[in-house]
Amino acid sequence: MSTEIPLPDDVTAPYWAGTEEKRLLIQRCAECGRFQHYPRYMCTGCGRGDLEFVEASGEAAIDTFTVVHRPLPGFEAPYVVARVRLAEGPILLTNIVDCPPDDVACGQAVRLTWRPLEDGRHLPLFTPAKEG
Amino acid sequence: MTNVAIVGAAESDLGRTGKSILTLQAQAIPRALADAGLTLADVDGIATAGVSRFSATQVAEYLGLRPAWTDSTFAGGSAFEMYVARAVQAIEAGQASTVVISYGSNQRSARSRSLGGVKETHTPEAQFETPYGPLYPFSHYAMAAQSYLHKYGAARESLAEVAVAAREWALRNPKAYRYGAGPLTVDDVLGSDTVSSPLTVADACLVTDGGGAVVLTSLDRARDLRRDPVRVLGYGECTTNTSMAAVDDLTVTGAVESGRAAFGRAGLTPADVDVLEVYDSFTITVLLTLEALGFCGFGEAGDLIADGRIRPGGGLPLNTSGGGLSYNHPGQYGVLLLVEAVRQLRGEGGARQVEAGAATGAAPKVALAHGTGGILSTHATVLLGVE
Ligand SMILES: [Zn+2]
Repeated sequence: MSTEIPLPDDVTAPYWAGTEEKRLLIQRCAECGRFQHYPRYMCTGCGRGDLEFVEASGEAAIDTFTVVHRPLPGFEAPYVVARVRLAEGPILLTNIVDCPPDDVACGQAVRLTWRPLEDGRHLPLFTPAKEG
Repeated sequence: MTNVAIVGAAESDLGRTGKSILTLQAQAIPRALADAGLTLADVDGIATAGVSRFSATQVAEYLGLRPAWTDSTFAGGSAFEMYVARAVQAIEAGQASTVVISYGSNQRSARSRSLGGVKETHTPEAQFETPYGPLYPFSHYAMAAQSYLHKYGAARESLAEVAVAAREWALRNPKAYRYGAGPLTVDDVLGSDTVSSPLTVADACLVTDGGGAVVLTSLDRARDLRRDPVRVLGYGECTTNTSMAAVDDLTVTGAVESGRAAFGRAGLTPADVDVLEVYDSFTITVLLTLEALGFCGFGEAGDLIADGRIRPGGGLPLNTSGGGLSYNHPGQYGVLLLVEAVRQLRGEGGARQVEAGAATGAAPKVALAHGTGGILSTHATVLLGVE
């Protein structure tokens, strides 16, 4: 699995380093306060470059999703690919795991979980938040 | 309004051809020129994609030309609608007098299409999306469809209707891949294998070989040629994303902006359009595009297309060739939207010819061609008309 994820580049290195400690880092602009994901060299809100990585709360809601029935190599169908909106604002592409695909719904509250990669990094995934 | 017209249009061989990309290009271009009453010697502008890194250069050399203007903007299936805009500007500016827009693909014969898409490891998508296994482009359109159904409580059957109507048109087009395949029902679509929920294989466009070309020149010159000119009335485009998480709301596409620009330039509204050729990579693409272009309100496309309105004989004839769903989809289908729009405006549709008003029996006056490329990434609208 890890061999399929390209190595970090100059801008994304802190993001991937964070995953070694199971910390989901997203960028915040010191100028305009905007959060963004994926990491970039500049802020898409104001165009400036004074960006810091902050740890996301891990709380999110499913924006939309799809259950893949024809798996790509290395994947086992069915699996759930989803766009989740972090509490901080940005949308991430991810998988919804530890949940029957039929139970996944738009708007559902989800929380962060992690899958270890062979090289010490982790892949951020999401699972339905505990009810109540 | 512009002072440029399409004067020739043609398809290459279609379906499963066993021919190379450049062979298909070299079929389509001379056919379109012959349709216009022109020859290769008249061509001084070429716009094309999907051949190689140097697509327009490659085609120019293959044809033995030294064009004064080329464009190989890569924007997926909508590139050809963008080329119309660029060609109009080049002709009006005097940089070119006769522009050919062309395409060819042998993806079915060459088995070059894969569900995973093309991996470009230096892109952000490679680090932040491919680890999760989305099918490209299928899963993105599936997520858009899921969001649409959730947001509006829309009926899944409305998506299927797009494919059912496309098949009805294809049954009237001898060149359609599904000509002779028999009708498709809503139950057929819903009962087909799910690839990426909620979309089934029947919600997705074909994988075929194919290609086509259109020829543009100034309206003044067009009036002296053998065909009635099909005038470019307006154009517009909008580019929104390469990744699956970039757009905030998947149900509102860049066709909002491209359509507004095109209708504005043409001085027209959706009510003026007699026939629509709308990129149908997936059934959901058509619903989202109709809403974004203003043919109905957001969330209302299901009602708009109900009761057979987009089928043959309906009041909103759409994808009259059978579309990417049932006619042909050679990877970047946009050039064939233009070819079919021209055919309809010239009254050459044969068994599938649209009438402007059911009462009048006249050929349509205004056609809309709308291209969508990538994963709802690029959007380009062209309005065409005859006098
Ligand atoms: Zn900023």
